[in-house]
Amino acid sequence: MSTDTSSAIGPVEGDAVVYDVDNPAPLIEAPRKRTGKTPRATRGNFEMAAWLFMRLSGVVLVVLVIGHLLIQLVLDGGVSKIGFAFVAGRWASPFWQVWDLLMLWLAMLHGANGLRTVINDYAERPNTRLWLKGLLYTATVFTILLGTLVIFTFDPNIR
Amino acid sequence: MATPVMDKAEAEAAASPYITVTFRIRRFNPELSEHAVWEDFPIEIDPKERVLDGLHKIKWDLDGTLTFRRSCAHGICGSDAMRINGKNRLACKTLIKDINPEKPITVEAIKGLTVLKDLVVDMEPFFQAYRDVMPFLVTKGNEPTRERLQSAEARERFDDTTKCILCAACTTSCPVFWNDGQYFGPAAIVNAHRFIFDSRDEAGEQRLEILNDKDGVWRCRTTFNCTDACPRGIEVTKAIQEVKRALITRRF
Repeated sequence: MSTDTSSAIGPVEGDAVVYDVDNPAPLIEAPRKRTGKTPRATRGNFEMAAWLFMRLSGVVLVVLVIGHLLIQLVLDGGVSKIGFAFVAGRWASPFWQVWDLLMLWLAMLHGANGLRTVINDYAERPNTRLWLKGLLYTATVFTILLGTLVIFTFDPNIR
Repeated sequence: MATPVMDKAEAEAAASPYITVTFRIRRFNPELSEHAVWEDFPIEIDPKERVLDGLHKIKWDLDGTLTFRRSCAHGICGSDAMRINGKNRLACKTLIKDINPEKPITVEAIKGLTVLKDLVVDMEPFFQAYRDVMPFLVTKGNEPTRERLQSAEARERFDDTTKCILCAACTTSCPVFWNDGQYFGPAAIVNAHRFIFDSRDEAGEQRLEILNDKDGVWRCRTTFNCTDACPRGIEVTKAIQEVKRALITRRF
């Protein structure tokens, strides 16, 4: 019977190390843990607002971006008509200023929020997360401020 | 006289339901090695049997050190959720013939939880998330002397999510849960849903507040992995979206 018993032990446990009180088996720590008690609500409704913003801005952006692409690239001569004069002519009208401003803000915030989600989902270490998000927020704020500045202070007579 | 006997034996062999199936099991024993290895077990088994029967056969006849959880073995206790051929299923509800026995059948522990040995994982983070959503009836005022009555329609509202057996197949199939394990996970949200939409319960607001947190329902990416994985056929993703809708409509 003893031979039967030994053959019934696979190679994974073949040369079993004996653990005892002085030489205990290693403790397996969970790589990640949930907190022991119900977590406190940390940021109020921020996650819900971000989620809603993605849906609503997405709907508005479909109209804004498709309209923008049609005007810039398809209608009335297509891409060849675009020049300094064309842009200056459009930005003389408050309607196109508001259109472009809205598109800039919504697209940047929509994209930044999407990337924030991606970083939350894929960055594993808190430090990586911090740096990636810092980079993202800096780039977003810089682009939005620069774009806004250009739209508001645009001077068609610039030389 | 010899010929008929031979024929009978051959006919019996042909009618034998047994086929050879290779079980490729991900073995892990932290006392021997910190690496998990695949180990093949070719066994004779009736394809109409379940994967759990195959595991029993291996544990009882081939290698007694194979470690896995199972209790009722009939798809009710939710102990034996494992990743079979890359999909989270209950070993006791998966027939060999349904998962292509010609190729080796891979069996490994569910992902995202710490493997303790072979197919056994540490379920503690999973149950912690479950406890966090308060999965029990909360009421105010005096206790009625008779049962708490509810209309059939009110019961129907949350019927789907009462079927959960807490096997963790959905939570451990969720890519958001795999990453950092802080997301509540589909199973906890399903069990919160069961009480949020129960007309007799009075702590729905509290549960919604818990799930409104940064690791709550808003981390759901609607990949539908949970709905695919659920051995009870619960529409898990739909339940999560219903909680989202309740969160939005209660405020606006």
